[in-house]
Amino acid sequence: MSSIPMIRQTAGKGAAKAAARRPNPRAGRPRNRGGAGDIRRPGPLTYGALGAVLLASLFPLYWSFLVGSHDSTALSRGIPLLPGGNFLANAAKVFDSIPFWKAMGNSILVSTVTSASVVIFSTLAGFAFAKLRFRGSKGLLVFVIATMAVPTQLGVVPLFIVMAKLGWTGSLWAVIIPGVVTAFGVFWMTQYLRDALPDELIEAVRMDGASMIQAFWYVGFPAARPAAAMLALFTFVATWTNFFWPFIVLDPSNPTLPVALQLLQAAHFVDYSVVLAGAVLATIPLLLLFIAAGRQLVSGIMQGAVKG
Amino acid sequence: MVDDEESSSKSVRRLAFSQRLSRWDVKVSPYLYISPFFLLFALTGLFPLLYTGWVSLHNWNLIGGQCKFIGLENFGFVLGQPYFWNAVGNTLSIFLLSSVPQVVLALLIAAVLDANLRAKTFWRMGVLVPFVVAPVAVGLIFNNLFADQFGLVNEFLGLLGLDPVRWHSDQLASHFAIATMVNFRWIGYNALIFLAAMQAIPRDVFEAATIDGAGRVRQFLSVTVPMLRPTVIFVAITSTIGGLQIFDEPRVFDQSGLGGADRQWQTLTMYIWELGWGQRNFGRASAVAWLLFLMIVLIALVNFLLTRRIANQGGRK
Repeated sequence: MSSIPMIRQTAGKGAAKAAARRPNPRAGRPRNRGGAGDIRRPGPLTYGALGAVLLASLFPLYWSFLVGSHDSTALSRGIPLLPGGNFLANAAKVFDSIPFWKAMGNSILVSTVTSASVVIFSTLAGFAFAKLRFRGSKGLLVFVIATMAVPTQLGVVPLFIVMAKLGWTGSLWAVIIPGVVTAFGVFWMTQYLRDALPDELIEAVRMDGASMIQAFWYVGFPAARPAAAMLALFTFVATWTNFFWPFIVLDPSNPTLPVALQLLQAAHFVDYSVVLAGAVLATIPLLLLFIAAGRQLVSGIMQGAVKG
Repeated sequence: MVDDEESSSKSVRRLAFSQRLSRWDVKVSPYLYISPFFLLFALTGLFPLLYTGWVSLHNWNLIGGQCKFIGLENFGFVLGQPYFWNAVGNTLSIFLLSSVPQVVLALLIAAVLDANLRAKTFWRMGVLVPFVVAPVAVGLIFNNLFADQFGLVNEFLGLLGLDPVRWHSDQLASHFAIATMVNFRWIGYNALIFLAAMQAIPRDVFEAATIDGAGRVRQFLSVTVPMLRPTVIFVAITSTIGGLQIFDEPRVFDQSGLGGADRQWQTLTMYIWELGWGQRNFGRASAVAWLLFLMIVLIALVNFLLTRRIANQGGRK
């Protein structure tokens, strides 16, 4: 089941390295040369506008923490500007009312397994499409690309019927299996390997007597590593934030994080300081990932956008 | 003569076998490597989608399972429901309120990011932060920001001397709030896509425009935007496919998750859920799923033609 971010990714034909190869701006580009607007350093107005954008993209998270660190009645007493000291107490209430840690474990498991399998299967298929000659390869690749535009989410009813028949409803397998390989992943790896892996290299190992799968393992996969890492990252984020299908097929007692989070608000009496403390807690893992690998996410999106 | 040939080929036979094995390896391996995707897509993508059509022709319950073939009765029933048409309207309204500003703002932000900034990576990462916040979390946070009572947005409107907006009961206001959540999560992401496409435009085009006396705004409208045509079309179409299936954000916009007391913000996907898992009628839910599918195909096509024309006109200016 391909999700929106995965599809959105593909603005163009995949792994152009133009963006990545762009020289580091700090590494002595000529400054203040005047003339073309591109080279001139922008004025404070530009930074002001960017600052406003940055504020808008961070503020809701700050707000969530702000409300989550006060008590339930704080908002009715006027808008607080600074965080209060109630966050841990609210966090404790979150842990009491939803199976938070179980959901966290499930999300980590589902996202990790899905990313790993998407990377392996997509790289394998990408290797075949990019480097091996076989009858119908062009048509099949076009088919792969076309499926990216198919709103598979609309097949939920039969998918649920099948999962119920298999007795998998409520099980994490029901969430993992539909995501183990994506059209986007296949397309992404095909594009990347086409440029990154020289044909001569494959021919060389083939001459040395390597089988196809050995050629893939010793030459194809290592060459694909940078793109594979990005694919893993995007798949992880997309799986982690996915809600609709897990919400349908999982039980509230064994949820993923978004499914559990939503339960906080479904109670009869809603305390928003607890709900938003939960929203913060559920976002922290991906924020940490973002701090560690946000740079790769940015260049992944930009590489996906160029060539084409 | 025959004997002669046989004896000479004997030594070759062993080699021939390994060659045949290798040829077989070359022939079959590619299909083997691409098969996981095709198998999985057939099983979890294509089959469910087609089978949705089959289910929609039956009286089919969540508990009782398949009952009997009833032809187009489910479609007739659904098309006669005011809630269905209400959901169609809500979906389109939220879609328009989110997709148009999303593309426009993303283009503007991309243009700003395209300047020769200090700390480029910092700014680029900054606009991407909302992307890692799950839509459910975004929904919960904005639900609170847009609270009818004590919500930050209404407090702010109060400061400006304006009346509070009833975000959770007024239909259009609720659509605006939900569209804001979508925009929040996707504008930065799309801005980076546009930024990459902008940087792929040859710089001498801008130099030529500068020499011709075009200012920054003029350059943006007459050079940048037309040259981004394929990317704009791409973003418009993917946001159509995704936007029309919207579920997460409106689902958590209130406690009940059904789209408000009068279904003010119930979208089609929410309606599918209500029919299928609320009322346990899979036949009717499938009928709506098929109708939504047709709608997505139709609107994606219109969108394609429209964005192509707009981008074309930009080029002719």
